[in-house]
Amino acid sequence: MLAFNALNGVTFAALLFVVASGFTLIFGLMRIVNLAHGALYLVGGYIGLTVATKTGSFLAGAATAAVAIAMVGFLIDTSLLRFVKGYELRQVLLALGVALVLNDLALIVWGGDTFTVPVPGALQGPLRLGAIAYPRYRLFVLAVAVVLFAGLWFLLHRTRLGALIRAGVDDLEMVDAMGVDIKRVFIYTFMLGSALAGLGGTLGGAFLSLYPSADVEILVFSLAVVIIGGRGSLVGAGVGSLLVGMLATFGQVWFPELAYFVIFGPMAVLLAFRPLGLFGRAT
Amino acid sequence: MSRNAVPFAVVAAALCAVPFAAPGYKTSLATEMLIFAALAMSIDVLAGYAGRTSLGHGAIFGIATYVVLYTVTVAGGHPWMGALLGLCAATVAAVVFALLAIRTSGVYFLLITLALGMIVWGICLRWTSVTGGENGLRGSVRPSLLAGPVPFYYFVLAATALMSYAMWRFVHSPFGLTLRGIRGSESRMRTLGYDVSLHLFIGFVVSGFFAGAAGVLYAFFNSFASPATVALAQSVAALLMVLVGGVGTLVGSFVGSVAIISLENFVSFHTERWPMVLGLVFIATMIFAPEGLVGRARLMLARYSPQVRKP
Repeated sequence: MLAFNALNGVTFAALLFVVASGFTLIFGLMRIVNLAHGALYLVGGYIGLTVATKTGSFLAGAATAAVAIAMVGFLIDTSLLRFVKGYELRQVLLALGVALVLNDLALIVWGGDTFTVPVPGALQGPLRLGAIAYPRYRLFVLAVAVVLFAGLWFLLHRTRLGALIRAGVDDLEMVDAMGVDIKRVFIYTFMLGSALAGLGGTLGGAFLSLYPSADVEILVFSLAVVIIGGRGSLVGAGVGSLLVGMLATFGQVWFPELAYFVIFGPMAVLLAFRPLGLFGRAT
Repeated sequence: MSRNAVPFAVVAAALCAVPFAAPGYKTSLATEMLIFAALAMSIDVLAGYAGRTSLGHGAIFGIATYVVLYTVTVAGGHPWMGALLGLCAATVAAVVFALLAIRTSGVYFLLITLALGMIVWGICLRWTSVTGGENGLRGSVRPSLLAGPVPFYYFVLAATALMSYAMWRFVHSPFGLTLRGIRGSESRMRTLGYDVSLHLFIGFVVSGFFAGAAGVLYAFFNSFASPATVALAQSVAALLMVLVGGVGTLVGSFVGSVAIISLENFVSFHTERWPMVLGLVFIATMIFAPEGLVGRARLMLARYSPQVRKP
């Protein structure tokens, strides 16, 4: 039972990583706390659901969701956020407004029912791992997260765009002064982060299911991950996801009535000692 | 102050006349506006004067509401006893929130207060044996003296007026000036020998106390508490009232509360799309009038009459 719960924790952490890595990228580089990230996750999940149901292909659903949400991210960044550039608090609150609008739009289009994204036959059913049988799909999500971690690491540490993003996280004005078109890097980052939310929505929609308040729930988990891990840090997002995933799963099992407290209690204590998170750096 | 005496008297007279000019449902609506104005004002004390925008005050407000309902309906206590306990509970919650949040500023402060508010929401939702879970707590908790809508309106009006005066005095006291100093430059205040953390802590607790007082009034008003009372949406709506009215003006909270609740009432009457309208108002406020209605009016006043002293 312990191993089963541990696997539940790790696979939940994997989903959290997919969603929170996008959140932390945007937060780290652009200093924007994108409170619409949860709404992007939910809308992405719904789009993935619709496409996967219509075409019968889970892959097509996930890809469409990622691309569509990247476009939504592009629109939010270029049409709304540019009006409040440089004002941290206004950006956050504007994003909050966007979240409310997106959530209500989703309610109009998909209604208030609970949906589950259909997964291909190969990923259905349990896989025997020694003494326990564990759902294949959740292991698949874990694999996706590992691949994504490696891919993002490669992007950030081995490509020019990644070098620019890292430089932007460390010292934005300096990168700008070097003649780099940081605005374009911003837009790419915002789109990438949004795409990850859309992908996360489809992945999560298959095992957590989609319903109108799912956006706030995943957003709060992502916040916890980023607050614990520190903004803009990929490793921080990974470690934070694992911590939050484990705490959430075991908290649910051991103290069902206080599950929320079990996640956020340690977070609050950590914040009191390291306000920038485990891997965060002062700028 | 004498310069403002005439408009002040007009507003006071208008507020006293509400139950006669707009009886029935509209009086109850005005009562709600006053309660939420008090909540918004408590947020403004922090946001406008200490530069710390909180998304956790809805939870502090809701804790007071829950405690009043629990004391009266479950434990069988007297309503005034419930009010006292509600105030104490909200203040204790504010102490805990403050201890964790005052080390941070800017968006981090916003995030930690948001997360703390979510803990309260999660507990209210899950701790079914005490909070009633999704069903919440329901029951008549209003003191018998205030049973009618008109006496209750005057009670809320008096309470809100008292709280507004107290908050106004608070932010204009020497202590309030130190909060503004912290908003301006934390390091400078520290260099001058002020204990920044302690000042922020006291500011937060005082602000939380007033949010709790508003929550007690809301318990009397609504006779119902559910997870929605402590939810993020509550903090968001109250913060929007502050923003629409104007951060750092206190009076703006009244303007914002009247504007948002009237709009909610109007929109809900015609369509179910209130969350979307709320979101659009948020976006429009941030883009077109980030200084709020009162802030914008002051700016224009300052432009046309340069001799007006700076607020």
